[in-house]
Amino acid sequence: MGTVYRGVAASDGVAVAKAWLVAPSEPSVERVEVADPQAEWARVERAIAAAKEELAALRQTALDKLGEAEAQLFVAHAQMLDDPELTGQIRQAIEAERVNAEWAVKSVIDTLVGLFDALDDEYMRQRAADVRDVGSRLLRHLQGGGGASLADLAEPVVLVARDLAPSDTVQLDPAFVRAFVTDIGGRTSHTAIMARSLGIPAVVGLGDITAHVASGQVLAVDGSEGLVVVEPNEEELARFSAQVERQQRERSRLAALRDAESVTPDGRRVEIAGNIGTPAEVAQVLAQGGEGIGLFRSEFLYMNRDTAPTEEEQFAAYKEVAEAMQGRPVIVRTLDVGGDKGIPYLGLPHEDNPFLGYRAIRVCLDQRELFAAQLRAILRASHYGKLRVMFPMIATVEEVRAAKRELEAAKQALREEGVPFDEDIEVGIMIEIPAAAVVADRLAREVDFFSIGTNDLVQYTLACDRLNERISHLYQPLNPSVLRLVKMVIDGAHAEGKWVGMCGELAGDPRATAILLGLGLDEFSMSAGSILKVRDVVRNTRYEDAKALAARALEADTEADVLKLVEA
Amino acid sequence: MAMAQREIELKNPSGLHARPASLFVAEANKFQSEIFLEAKGKRINAKSILGLLSLAIGQGTVIKIEAEGDDAEQAVTALCDLVASGFGE
Repeated sequence: MGTVYRGVAASDGVAVAKAWLVAPSEPSVERVEVADPQAEWARVERAIAAAKEELAALRQTALDKLGEAEAQLFVAHAQMLDDPELTGQIRQAIEAERVNAEWAVKSVIDTLVGLFDALDDEYMRQRAADVRDVGSRLLRHLQGGGGASLADLAEPVVLVARDLAPSDTVQLDPAFVRAFVTDIGGRTSHTAIMARSLGIPAVVGLGDITAHVASGQVLAVDGSEGLVVVEPNEEELARFSAQVERQQRERSRLAALRDAESVTPDGRRVEIAGNIGTPAEVAQVLAQGGEGIGLFRSEFLYMNRDTAPTEEEQFAAYKEVAEAMQGRPVIVRTLDVGGDKGIPYLGLPHEDNPFLGYRAIRVCLDQRELFAAQLRAILRASHYGKLRVMFPMIATVEEVRAAKRELEAAKQALREEGVPFDEDIEVGIMIEIPAAAVVADRLAREVDFFSIGTNDLVQYTLACDRLNERISHLYQPLNPSVLRLVKMVIDGAHAEGKWVGMCGELAGDPRATAILLGLGLDEFSMSAGSILKVRDVVRNTRYEDAKALAARALEADTEADVLKLVEA
Repeated sequence: MAMAQREIELKNPSGLHARPASLFVAEANKFQSEIFLEAKGKRINAKSILGLLSLAIGQGTVIKIEAEGDDAEQAVTALCDLVASGFGE
């Protein structure tokens, strides 16, 4: 029998393939005295050349997939490899101490990292991570791991890593990656989100799986159950292979629904849309048959940079998405950040309670110039497609009114400048704070639509930090308390003739689809990988039955009871 | 050998952080001359991104750009223009 490891089920699906160990970020290095320092230096030069070639390719990939700001980072990394400060010190260390190249590189990098870590500037301290990254890349090439680039994959593999960084995932070819398996992370870590959006099974938080697996070993992965089997025996292999086959049949069945309508057998029509974080993700949503973008997170424009994005940069990104969707609706959510995310130039304070603090609309209503630039960019882009604007973290009616005043001011300025925009652009708000859910009937008079953000709504309703593993049992998206709030929101909006969407995780959970349908939800927005599964449920659930199911769920005592109703 | 030097104030809001530093080094490397940057009482090789970053130069800092070599004047002019343009921010 193969050895079984249990972790967090992060992305559904099963896979069987050979393991591919992603090089650890800190390779171990030993000090060795060498006879020929010149030969050691020549090795360093070759490794630098190879690393720079790799960085040039990464830069191009980042430019295509992510944009100029992210790509510039790889340019800076290449410059570090050319830097006389770095190369001179490495050469000197090799020649003076007659040590091996690896040791010289590691000691010089460690010193530099220490130097940056000691700087009295938060942003500069983050540069220590860049130096470390450059050092690891150089060491990997020195240790002969030059070919260990994810971009070079030529056969199906299961990626095994401590964790996957954005610079890892940017270069992988989804055609060859059958699953992700990592030591650390939870359902909301970067790896997990990426896996779900690519539709790749993933198990994360396995502890030290990287210490027990070697590249080339066969792994069987069950991303729905959070299981990894190393070197499965024949019986296990047969069982997994049968599951993989079933999954492929199911996938081709679902693929046929790509252009199908999202309508119940008795004629209730809903919209099923995709959530995206960058313009590049539009392709994935369209490939899965998404009818719109129900949530375009604008944060990516603001992160990993030194200054706020200009209106022009934002305009270009929103316009790109508007045009790519060819008239299908796109909801742009205005900046949603708080003290828990590192955006140094916003001057966000460190807070003891960032989730109850200075974040999202609260920041935007306080930093008016920042907000105005974003609103102008969204409005200008609305001329090129069907954009909607949405404000996050609304708690009170006053906040909506204040945000709308800013929007109106931006519109008026554009009118005076003669810049075209969609005069009838729809305005909505996220409902993610229980206070907003309770007064939804009043908020509905102020806007054109709602979108329920279940991740935060569940967190605030049950007073449960979803990243705190000790209380994760309390994070219950289908708890009757949450469902009753969702009902209040939908009823409140419908009474005013407004529509309601949902863009949290719950919207993409097929177990919840029938209940949400029955509560009257009009739009479901989710990661691309869930679109077809949810459409399948909608097409096979009678609206009348869904309403009866929702009514029973609202009367249930516990989330477990609700789940029993769904599975019955 | 020609020499040139000039002082200029850093105007862009983020100072000489990663992106502007990277642009600055790329520009400096277009010239044959040896180029130095002096700020906060330290003097570094202006073709070194690590040196530049380690100074952590913020907005409002006055920096001195110095070049020695055949294209010293052109180098100092080009780099001052880049700083004066606020690195396109």
